[in-house]
Amino acid sequence: MEFALSDDQKMFQASVSGYLETASPLDRVREVADGDRGVAEDISCGLSELGAGQILVPEAYEGLGLGLLDAALVQEALGAAAAPATHLASAMAVIGIEAAGSDVHQAEWLARIGSGEARIGVAIGEHVGAREGAGVTAADGKLTGKSLFALETAGASHVLVCDRYGGLHIASMGDAGLVRTELETIDRTRDYAELVFDGVAATMLTGQGGADRMVLVGRLLLAADTLGAAQVMLDKAVAYALERKQFGRVIGSFQAVKHMCAEMAAQLEPARALVWHAAHAFDEDMDEAGVMICLAKAHLAEVGTFVARTSTEVHGGMGFTDLVGLHYWFKRIGANRQLLGGPEQNREDAARRQGWA
Amino acid sequence: MDLKLSAEYELFRTEIAAFLAENGNKAPTQADQGLKNPKRLAWQKLLIENGLAARTIPMKYGGAGHAPDILKSRIIAEEFTRTGVAKGIANQGVSMLVPTLLELASEDQKMAWIKPTLLGKTVWCQGYSEPGAGSDLASLTTKAHIDGDDYIINGQKIWTSTARQADMIFCLVRTEPDAKKHHGISYLIFSMDTPGIEVRPLVDMTGAANFNEVFFTDVRVPRSQIIGEPGQGWQVANATLTHERGMLGDPNAAKARLLAIAELMQCESINGQRLMDNPVFRDRLLALQARVYAMQANGLRVTTSRINETSAGMAGLIVKLQGCELNHELARLALDAMGEFGLLYGQNTPYLRDFAQWQGRYMYDLGLIIGGGTAQIQKNIIAERGLGMPREPRPAAA
Repeated sequence: MEFALSDDQKMFQASVSGYLETASPLDRVREVADGDRGVAEDISCGLSELGAGQILVPEAYEGLGLGLLDAALVQEALGAAAAPATHLASAMAVIGIEAAGSDVHQAEWLARIGSGEARIGVAIGEHVGAREGAGVTAADGKLTGKSLFALETAGASHVLVCDRYGGLHIASMGDAGLVRTELETIDRTRDYAELVFDGVAATMLTGQGGADRMVLVGRLLLAADTLGAAQVMLDKAVAYALERKQFGRVIGSFQAVKHMCAEMAAQLEPARALVWHAAHAFDEDMDEAGVMICLAKAHLAEVGTFVARTSTEVHGGMGFTDLVGLHYWFKRIGANRQLLGGPEQNREDAARRQGWA
Repeated sequence: MDLKLSAEYELFRTEIAAFLAENGNKAPTQADQGLKNPKRLAWQKLLIENGLAARTIPMKYGGAGHAPDILKSRIIAEEFTRTGVAKGIANQGVSMLVPTLLELASEDQKMAWIKPTLLGKTVWCQGYSEPGAGSDLASLTTKAHIDGDDYIINGQKIWTSTARQADMIFCLVRTEPDAKKHHGISYLIFSMDTPGIEVRPLVDMTGAANFNEVFFTDVRVPRSQIIGEPGQGWQVANATLTHERGMLGDPNAAKARLLAIAELMQCESINGQRLMDNPVFRDRLLALQARVYAMQANGLRVTTSRINETSAGMAGLIVKLQGCELNHELARLALDAMGEFGLLYGQNTPYLRDFAQWQGRYMYDLGLIIGGGTAQIQKNIIAERGLGMPREPRPAAA
């Protein structure tokens, strides 16, 4: 028994973190938030060169054949940097295509997505919760309808669309019948969009169950993103508390401030083990995987929200400013909380999976 | 990451399961009251002989003499929990004193005390806290002065569990009044039958006397009954406090509680609605389940660190704080879900559920949050040792 990251996993995560340190410092995050998509594309390309997109792609399709835990470590590093880089959607798409795509579809798409040659977003929000009449219908190889909060579709060549019945389809973002409208949210480090389909040609994946697995993968990765972001917010709070002086001493020597930091650490540390365990359970096809991922998504939402507000408070007035930029992590955690279902919905899903609801 | 056990350990699990299936009928049950009930002592002896208690204690001191193997210890604990068979004795003598003796006592002391303690023949209580020395334990004032070959002890201890049943006490006393506070303490062991000791039960909010006050008036103890050197008692005690914090906050216990509450919520109804079908209670249950899973995974991480002989770091420091709080909140949910029925708290009152265990736990667990290093002291430890934050500056001497 070994409940720990392997040396390879630690090294890969360190290489991603090291890359992001130079490629995605706060001033570049700001450039993206101010609307410069080119910077985001550059950061994503570099990440792709490190092999991040190939993690979940089977070796038969030129991938690394690794697991969700490995993908989660990359996502954690992205959250830690509040990095404006794509990863979440392509990881979800790879899992969806692997689950529901024929051998031909897998051969056609997986290697291209893994290498970054095909940049794929996902439109699957309605599989978790549909509102405003959203939903996509497939007929005669054409998609019609709309999907909200599509993920990582800015600059994408393709999009994996989930229809009203959980069927998956791959469409070109360049199709004349597809209109993309940016949804501006609190989180400017990533892109969210409304996609309206009017007879868009699409390749249908014929297998079943792909959408459910995509949602689980997405939820786990969002939890990992929050884990990384929250750890950085805690680290920044401690660093600030050791530097800022009031009443002639560093504020980190006041118990009121120390206890805020201790409470953040005490909640966050077991949450890290939960993310690892849930990802590992998915990789090993354990019965509890679905329950654990939903609970991890819900729990990281709660812990992340607590850390985000507490870290901001430890920073005092400076935490509230744009200058310090803490708000990029605050908002990223806020977005992760709601995407693919908020904590209440994830807990309800976990209850259903155990026959409790 | 590999949560599977190798064939050697799977075989070990099978052997333990077989032993418990074959011998479980010899284990004491709730009906076998008393710390020295013959059935209890016979069971403990059988467990030691088969390596299921005192597993890693050398045989010459009465243990089973096995090499330390954290996975095997874990498997043993899991099999006892799974089968519901009574575990070996895990009182303060076995869990806290014996590790301390092994580390710091003289050979004669080890030979004299470890074996009867392991066998349950000698029951111990812990004399640490005082009315004026709680979180600031090192400020304790119970004093011992030398008179010939003896120490003469005067003072008072509090929060002493099992003091009425105990044969012996391991006790912190101030022997060097002129030394700085951490350097003036010694660790003595002596009989609770020594003249001059008075034990008064301390009734707590649960209605039971789980603790006692112990008063010492000119209690005469041979100087040979010191563990370590005079003035070293603080270091000796810290060895045992580490063991105590390891004892609290078992994630398997939290999981068992969660499943019991889920069961309760499926059996009980109000206005014809199962408690589990109330979305508010169900949401609270699932939120707590996430925390139980997190603490279980954290426990696996700490276990791995111990196997690899590396520090568990923050994952280890947070266990007492988070584990005790989680258990307390689990009990709170059970009470809230039961509504007025959760208030019932008498031996023979009608409509009683689960022997009122949830009220008892809710109150007792609050005691555990305070005892063994308060939640606030735990936060200081997490901040100082885990996050590298400074200690509170000491006020200038008056």
